Amino acid sequence: MKIVVCVKQVAALGDEVEFTADERDVDPDFVDYALNEWDSYATEEALRLREAAGDGEVVVLSVGDEDAEEAMRRALAMGADRGIRVWSDGLTGADPITIARALAEVVRAEAPDLVLAGVQSSDAVQAATGTALAELLGLPRVAVVTKVEPGDGAATVHRELEGGLIDVVEVDTPCVLTIQTGINEPRYATLRAIKQAEQKPIEEREPGDLGRPAARVRRMFVPAKGEGAEMMDGDPGEIARRIKEIVEERLA
Amino acid sequence: MSVLVVAEHVRGELRPVTLELVSAARELGGPVAVALVAKDPSALVEAVDVEGVDEILTVTVEQDAFENDVVQAAVESLVAERGPRAVLLGFTVDSMGYGPALAAKHDLGFASDVFALRDEGEAIVAQRSFYGAKVSAEVEFPGHDRVVLLLRPTSWPPAEGTGGATVTEVTAPAVESRARHRDWVEAQVGDVDITTADFLLSVGRGIGDKENLERFQELAARMGATLSSSRPLVDAGWMPTARQVGQSGKTVKPKVYLALGISGAVQHLAGMKTSGTIVAVNSDPEAAIFNVAHYGAVADLFDVAEELEKLF
Ligand SMILES: Cc1cc2nc3c(=O)[nH]c(=O)nc-3n(C[C@H](O)[C@H](O)[C@H](O)COP(=O)(O)OP(=O)(O)OC[C@H]3O[C@@H](n4cnc5c(N)ncnc54)[C@H](O)[C@@H]3O)c2cc1C
Ligand SMILES: Nc1ncnc2c1ncn2[C@@H]1O[C@H](COP(=O)(O)O)[C@@H](O)[C@H]1O
Repeated sequence: MKIVVCVKQVAALGDEVEFTADERDVDPDFVDYALNEWDSYATEEALRLREAAGDGEVVVLSVGDEDAEEAMRRALAMGADRGIRVWSDGLTGADPITIARALAEVVRAEAPDLVLAGVQSSDAVQAATGTALAELLGLPRVAVVTKVEPGDGAATVHRELEGGLIDVVEVDTPCVLTIQTGINEPRYATLRAIKQAEQKPIEEREPGDLGRPAARVRRMFVPAKGEGAEMMDGDPGEIARRIKEIVEERLA
Repeated sequence: MSVLVVAEHVRGELRPVTLELVSAARELGGPVAVALVAKDPSALVEAVDVEGVDEILTVTVEQDAFENDVVQAAVESLVAERGPRAVLLGFTVDSMGYGPALAAKHDLGFASDVFALRDEGEAIVAQRSFYGAKVSAEVEFPGHDRVVLLLRPTSWPPAEGTGGATVTEVTAPAVESRARHRDWVEAQVGDVDITTADFLLSVGRGIGDKENLERFQELAARMGATLSSSRPLVDAGWMPTARQVGQSGKTVKPKVYLALGISGAVQHLAGMKTSGTIVAVNSDPEAAIFNVAHYGAVADLFDVAEELEKLF
C-alpha cells in the first residue's frame, strides 16, 4: 500500500510579534517551527495502515522552503520512507487552494492508494487543503476522520461531527482523508530513528502552473483587545484569593 | 448581485449556524437566497424562512444524510444558475468536506474561519485569524468576482422573524456519491453531565503530564467544581470524551468557567464562550483565551493551583 501524507511545518508565535515591512505576514524572527500536530496523527495513521497491509511505502510531501525539511524529518523519523518538498518563492504566504495545486501535481505522479492530510494546520486553520487537493485530483474524500478501516475498493471511515456525533462513511478508494487528532497515538521517534532519518531522501521539486491565488492577505495586525479580560495582578496567592472571591460571588 | 447561503442540517434538524449565515448575507447586501439540499427540503423551508431571505432554493436529493459529492453538485448547479457573488457556508465539518473543493474546481476566491466581512463596493474583504488566533488578518480576493466563504459559527447573530420568501424548486444533476453515509454512532455518554454544572474547572494541555491530572481532580472536588477539559487531554486518553468542552465536545454555559492552561482555540471557544463568568489562567499573556475571559491572570497554573489548594 502506497500512501502519501501531506505535512506542513507550522509556525507558533511567542509573547511578542512584529510584522514584515509589507504587513502581510509575521516577521519570521518571531516564530517557532514544528510539525503540524494534525500531520503527526496523519503520519502515524499512514504508518499503521502500511504495517497492517504488510508492505508498501509512506511518502511525506510538503510545500515549504528548506526550513520545512525539519518537520519532514520528524515524519521520516517516525518511519516514513522518503520525502518530496515542493517550493518556489511564489508560494510564500500562499492560500490553501494554491498549496493544493502545488501538492496535486506531485500526488498525481506518485499515484498512491491513499492520500492523508491533517484536518487543519495550527497556524492557518484553513481546514481546506486536503479537500481542495482531492478535487484537483478527482478523488473522493472525507474530512475530519477519526477511524480508518481499509477494505476492497472502499474504506470505512468515521467522520466526526460537531458534538462528537460519528458519521460512518463508506468511501471509494483511492481517496483523500483529512485526519483528526485522537485517531491514534503518534509514536515518538527514538534518537536512533532521528539519526537515521537524516539519511532518508528528500527530493526537491518546483511547482508548475499555480493559477490565480484564491485569496491574499492584505494586512495582518494584532487584534484590538476590545473589552477584554480584567487582568488580575499580583502573586499567585493574590490571584487565588481573587478567584475564590469571584467563584463565591457568582455561585451565591 | 446575490448572496447564496447553504443551509446546514443534520438528522432532520436545521443547524443554528444557518441563520447566522443569513445575517452575514444581509450585511453584504443584495438578494439573499438560501439553498436547502435535502431528501425532503419542504420540511425545513419554514425554519429558514426568516427575515431577510428573499428566495429559498430547494434541491431534492436521494440521500438523507450529508454526502459531500451530492451537496457539492447541488451547490455547483445553483452557483452556475444564479451566479452569486458570495457563497456562504458555516465553518463546520460538513463544509470542510466540499467548500474548498467548490472553490478549487471553479477557481473561486476562498477563505475559511471568517469572523467579519466588509463590502468595499466591488470587493469583499474578509477577516480571519492566524497563528493560534493571536493575529488577525484582512483577506482580499483579487481577480475574483465570486467567493466561497466558510464563516465561523456564533460570529453573527441568528436572523429572526418571518420572511415570506419565494420557494423555488431546482433540480440538480444526479451524481455518483463516492463517500456514502452508512450509520450514526452517538457521542459517548459519561458519568457526569458537564452541561448542567454551575462551576467547571477546565484543564488544558498546560497541565503537562497525565500524572498531574489527579491533582486537578482533587482541586475540583475541593472547590465544588466539576472537572472538564480541552480536546488534547481527551485525545491522549487522560480524560473521558464526555468531559470535553468545545465544538466536537460539549457546549457548556456554567455560571463560572475556570480555565487553566487552555490557549483558547476557536473550536474550544465555540463550546464555552457564553459561560456566565470566564476566568483564565495562562502563562502566555497573548493567549487567545484572554479575549473571551472576564478575568485573566498571566501566571503559572501550578503556582495558582497550589494557592487555591490552601484556600479550599
Ligand atoms: C474539527 C475540530 C474540532 C475540534 N474540537 C475541539 C473541542 O471540542 N474542544 C477543544 O478543546 N479543542 C477542539 N479542537 C482542537 C483545538 O483546535 C485546539 O487544538 C485545542 O483546543 C487546544 O487545546 P489546549 O488549549 O488545551 O492546548 P494548547 O493550544 O496547546 O494550549 C495550552 C496552553 O497552556 C498554556 N500553558 C502551558 N503551560 C502552562 C503553565 N504552566 N501555566 C499556565 N499556562 C500554561 C500555554 O500558554 C497554552 O496557551 C478541535 C479541532 C478541530 C480541527
Ligand atoms: N504547505 C503545506 N505542505 C503540505 N501539506 C500542507 C501544507 N499546508 C497544508 N497542508 C496539509 O493540509 C492540512 C490542512 O491544512 P490547512 O488547510 O492549512 O488548515 C495540513 O494538516 C496538511 O496535511
